[in-house]
Amino acid sequence: MATPKSFTGFRRENGRVGIRNHVVILPLDDLSNAACEKIANNVKGTIALPHHYGRLQFGADLDLHFRTLIGTGCNPNVAAVIVVGIEPSWTNRIVDGIAKTGKPVEGFWLERNGEHKVVMEASRRAQELSQDASEKQREECPIEDLWVSVKCGESDTTSGLGSNPTVGNFIDKMDPLGVTSCFGETSEITGAETVCQQRGSTPEIGQKFFNTWQAYMDEVIEPHKTSDLSESQPTAGNIEGGLTTIEEKAFGNLEKIGKKTSYIDVLEPAEAPSKGAGLYFMDTSSAAAECVTLQAAAGFAVHLFPTGQGNVIGNPIEPVIKLTANPRTAREMGEHVDLDVSGILRREMNFDEAGDRLIDITVRTCNGRLTAAEALGHREFVMTKLYRSA
Amino acid sequence: MSAPHFVVHDNTDSVGVVVVETVEANTEMTGWVMETDETITITALDAIPIGHKVALFDIAEGADIMKYGHDIGKTVSAIGKGNHVHTHNLKTKKW
Repeated sequence: MATPKSFTGFRRENGRVGIRNHVVILPLDDLSNAACEKIANNVKGTIALPHHYGRLQFGADLDLHFRTLIGTGCNPNVAAVIVVGIEPSWTNRIVDGIAKTGKPVEGFWLERNGEHKVVMEASRRAQELSQDASEKQREECPIEDLWVSVKCGESDTTSGLGSNPTVGNFIDKMDPLGVTSCFGETSEITGAETVCQQRGSTPEIGQKFFNTWQAYMDEVIEPHKTSDLSESQPTAGNIEGGLTTIEEKAFGNLEKIGKKTSYIDVLEPAEAPSKGAGLYFMDTSSAAAECVTLQAAAGFAVHLFPTGQGNVIGNPIEPVIKLTANPRTAREMGEHVDLDVSGILRREMNFDEAGDRLIDITVRTCNGRLTAAEALGHREFVMTKLYRSA
Repeated sequence: MSAPHFVVHDNTDSVGVVVVETVEANTEMTGWVMETDETITITALDAIPIGHKVALFDIAEGADIMKYGHDIGKTVSAIGKGNHVHTHNLKTKKW
């Protein structure tokens, strides 16, 4: 199959290209979820992103909260944003951050207004934004405008054997075309950390990855660790699927970055890439929704999600494409699977063919095809919290 | 090429992964070594679920287990060729 040269997307004011055209109703904090859900209920074509945090956070944790919300609003899959917060100061920090993209964004706050007034005024504005967004047209965009994130979940041994190397084949084919891509899952590289270090484009970048991994081990794992991290690494689902140790899981995980592609930088959680096209590592949790939420906030437009036992995750703004090499998962959970590559394990399909099929379904998804997770209404939006609030 | 019972990533690996849904004890299994495209055969000594590992040769207690050409942990009991390799006899070295 010839590799694709273009896809159709929505070109935004700042030049980035989105593959969806959402009008987002974004709460600054937990207190504003109810108003946001009312506004989204009032106005068709809008989507609320309720979450749990935003009060009494401080330091790096607060920085991450702002980076995630601003990044979510800046994502090119988002046409316009309404922000609702409890008070004007932090609400406007989000509004000002998103406004730098040039897209329409407006903030509302509950204190001194009350919820009925905010819902009425914000609904009027949301209606204008939704109607305006509905007129935006897709246009032909070169493939190098595509930003792709990857992360696997409910992995089993078929992930390392089939679905993860299929993603790796995709990355090895698309990286030379100038696509921007991102992998993460700091905890799940454990056991393969020195091999991952060697995949940095320079020794300095490799060392930057290793320092990030070591900091996670020192600050998170060492003070809190339990045997197998309390059935978290590996999980009960991983073990049911045949995975035994974190090392085994890590080497399977790393198959997602292919055989020859090097990462060119290491990103903070939700940090947007700034070194141009190429593969990036992001310091993230390995929990599916947390990781994809951070990658979406960094600006990635489409996500590739290999699964073994059948993770069902979606994201409200970044379409999540699921593939599996587990024939049982493909059969029993077919409504969650966008691409079945179980033929690899029957020797019916090689990685080159599987990679081509993944490229094909990805381009079709970019052009507008709904993913299984979108059709099923999966909208897992989960903020990463670094430590307890004040 | 008929569908294999199990798949091996690397020719230095000590385990293969069962990729069919039912393997009973005493099943004659064919395996595909992906790296070299070789076909090998092993008799399963245990029932092994899909996705779980089979030992490709006799392995002593305390030995490293290799998969993807890398060390994925150590054995906590001796394992015979054809035995099921899982959390009861293989442990992480990390936590």
